[in-house]
Amino acid sequence: MAETTQLKMRVWRGDDQGGGLEDYTVEVSEGEVVLDAIHRLQATQAGDLAVRWNCKAGKCGSCSAEINGRPRLLCMTRLSDFEPGETITVTPVRTFPIIRDLVTDVSYNFEKAAELPGVALPPRDADGKRRMAQIDVERGQEFRKCIECFLCQNVCHVIRDHEDNKPAFAGPRFFLRYAELDMHPLDTHDRRELAQQAAGLGMCNITKCCTEVCPEGIKITDNAIIPMKERVVDKKYDPLVWLGEKIGIRNKDNDDREAAPKRQKSSVKRPRARA
Amino acid sequence: MAETSEIEKHQYDVVVIGAGGSGLRAAIAAHEAGAKTAIVTKSLLGKAHTVMAEGGIAAAMGNRWPEDNWEVHFRDTMRGGKMLNNWRMAQLHAQEAPERVQELEDWGALFDRTDDGLISQRDFGGHRYARLAHVGDRTGLEMIRTLQQRAVALGIDVFMECTVTDLFKDDSGAISGAFAYWRETGTFLAFEAPSVVLATGGIGKSFKVTSNSWEYTGDGHALALRAGAALINMEFVQFHPTGMVWPPSVKGLLVTESVRGDGGVLKNSEGKRFMFDYIPEFFKAETADTEEEADRWYDDKKNNRRPPELLPRDEVARAINSEIKAGRGSPHGGIYLDIASRRSAEFIHKRLPSMHHQFKELADVDITKEPMEIGPTCHYVMGGVEVDPDTELSGIKGLYAVGECSGGMHGSNRLGGNSLSDLIVFGKRAGEAAAAYSSGLEARASIDGELERAQAEALAPFDPKGDENAYTIQADLQQAMNDLVGIIRTAEELEQSLKEIERLKERASRLKVEGGRAYNPGWHLSIDIHNMLLVSECIAKAALARQESRGGHTRDDFPGPDPEWGAKNLVLTLNSAGDGVDLAEKPLPVMPDELKAFFEDK
Repeated sequence: MAETTQLKMRVWRGDDQGGGLEDYTVEVSEGEVVLDAIHRLQATQAGDLAVRWNCKAGKCGSCSAEINGRPRLLCMTRLSDFEPGETITVTPVRTFPIIRDLVTDVSYNFEKAAELPGVALPPRDADGKRRMAQIDVERGQEFRKCIECFLCQNVCHVIRDHEDNKPAFAGPRFFLRYAELDMHPLDTHDRRELAQQAAGLGMCNITKCCTEVCPEGIKITDNAIIPMKERVVDKKYDPLVWLGEKIGIRNKDNDDREAAPKRQKSSVKRPRARA
Repeated sequence: MAETSEIEKHQYDVVVIGAGGSGLRAAIAAHEAGAKTAIVTKSLLGKAHTVMAEGGIAAAMGNRWPEDNWEVHFRDTMRGGKMLNNWRMAQLHAQEAPERVQELEDWGALFDRTDDGLISQRDFGGHRYARLAHVGDRTGLEMIRTLQQRAVALGIDVFMECTVTDLFKDDSGAISGAFAYWRETGTFLAFEAPSVVLATGGIGKSFKVTSNSWEYTGDGHALALRAGAALINMEFVQFHPTGMVWPPSVKGLLVTESVRGDGGVLKNSEGKRFMFDYIPEFFKAETADTEEEADRWYDDKKNNRRPPELLPRDEVARAINSEIKAGRGSPHGGIYLDIASRRSAEFIHKRLPSMHHQFKELADVDITKEPMEIGPTCHYVMGGVEVDPDTELSGIKGLYAVGECSGGMHGSNRLGGNSLSDLIVFGKRAGEAAAAYSSGLEARASIDGELERAQAEALAPFDPKGDENAYTIQADLQQAMNDLVGIIRTAEELEQSLKEIERLKERASRLKVEGGRAYNPGWHLSIDIHNMLLVSECIAKAALARQESRGGHTRDDFPGPDPEWGAKNLVLTLNSAGDGVDLAEKPLPVMPDELKAFFEDK
């Protein structure tokens, strides 16, 4: 059997009214991750310790938290990444309001998701199928690896340090979605205007914090945000595009694409009252 | 006692419980049929267990092998389930899966492509042709994200982190609504709704070594039983042959069957490809008996038979179990799954990126350089709510069940890839049927008389007289199920398990919860544990009764299949006292002659 040791932990306990770090010592064994230690705390010392998790395999993106100040997935952070004897401090992600302990209110992200117009494809081919080349779907596939852990949203300083930017800014996770749809080989909508206006793409000043924390290794800034910014700029400022539009020659990029409408409010429901 | 006047009330035509593939698909169908629809999910939207599905969606689209069609898929599915499947479900599934997959693409899914630009299809165990539409090894994520984005675009109401604890019925015995709590606040809400679709997934969290997430506590199974519906096939639990075995923290974590579909082989500690020693009579005619033939099959399916590593999951899991028991296992109690020596690093990165990441991050193993250590893990329950094959209606008016929490479709063993297709085929059917039923009703029953009882039951674990910890009971149940109702079963151990479950039920009647009602996982588990115990009893009881070995049910004391048992299902219902389950035998629906013909000449 695996060797066990005693791990010192500090875990933030509290709710939206306040709280603080509490000290724990918990038994852990070889090969374990931070979420294992949190679970053992729940089972043996703190039955009501709130933590969000589902798959414990890095696939669902539920267990985002800050570990020794670094935004990580609790299930993919191995205890062996730390020095023996080091105290591990776990706090909730900072950009979203606290619900309890390590659980935060991430509904901001679901509101932003609802505002984003979905895919709009033309009719299928005559045989009822669609044809796309592998190389063309791969660009979108990189972005669709996103597990919606919202760590990129958490570290984005546009909203991490400026709460008042939230209404006008969709954040890296949704720039990824804009880019994915824009690069979809068959999609017919033009979301560039919307990305710039409603989603606040222009507010991003490409510090790449989002890319650094992505547990899926998606190159959010280089492959999604920068190309998306370029596309927006091309449409607005490229003199050739401007001239073409003036004299009725349309850029191929604009062919068969209509401007997408801004979408409705989120239909995600929240509790009406507290217990 | 809290006032019931504080309970939020909502009216809907259709309430879908669960937001995995089947729940989302059902909700989309109900909404598109004009029903006012709500999705109620224990987790955040997009986190359900469907994200864990790796390999693909089985659908006879014929994109790689034009010879493939629904008839071949139907036949593979029935044979994989050892002929115990509900034939009509297997037929509908095979016929409708291709269009359901194509629909996902309409809604934005980006599948891997063939050279012609069509949706690619990969090989999997038990499927005669390469048939699984896939996105690398993260197909489930693609499915859930696509359906989630579709549901959001349609504006369907979603109640996130909201757990249903009870179903309501009117005087006629038809469904009238559901009771739930918000995880965030611990406050209650009640749904007035004539149609409820259960899409709650499986039961795997009752086992210690499992690939399943915390949500898999058999909620839908238990809600259905308590509402008066019946469960079938509960003795059939699929142990996936390849789960991680090391480190202990990740023991049970799934290693996709695609590793074998893409050329990976199983070896014991002597380096032998042992699966050739375990080809059952039933599959001899279609399985390669030499390594040379098996290796040729990947490129030439017409002239070669399938490698034995790609036998159905029950066969492979049992073989691995035997090798480990015979002392030919790996250092950490598994056996070896080797793709490193058979495919290039580039191929592995391209086709199995999540597996590469998972082993690298969690076990320090580079699967492009060394073999993986794997062993069987509890993965899927074939059993579930007994439903009408065309509408997914249970025995209770207004109560539907889809996906893993329904029974019949997969018989005694599910083929890989048939789960994701099951979700979307029957999700759509259930959503449409539930919407049609609601729209035909003239009056809605009141649920007001039920609220006080439902609230009191949900708050029972806060009773200060309790002295038991739900986490401890859960751990004891997981250990008991693993040891006594696992991959190989005997009458003696099953009887012992039933006694243990009774003891645990008694302890679970005296639970104690620490803390308050707001986001309190200890309280949540105290409610879920009753569901886990009830479904565990179903599994153990049915497993004890079925005196044969078939698919996901292996009895050491009855090692072979028995044709008599092959003609009947075991049906479980709540007993009259409401504290356990009764078991009855029921003949299997008889397949029409024109479908029987598929099994005669091939």
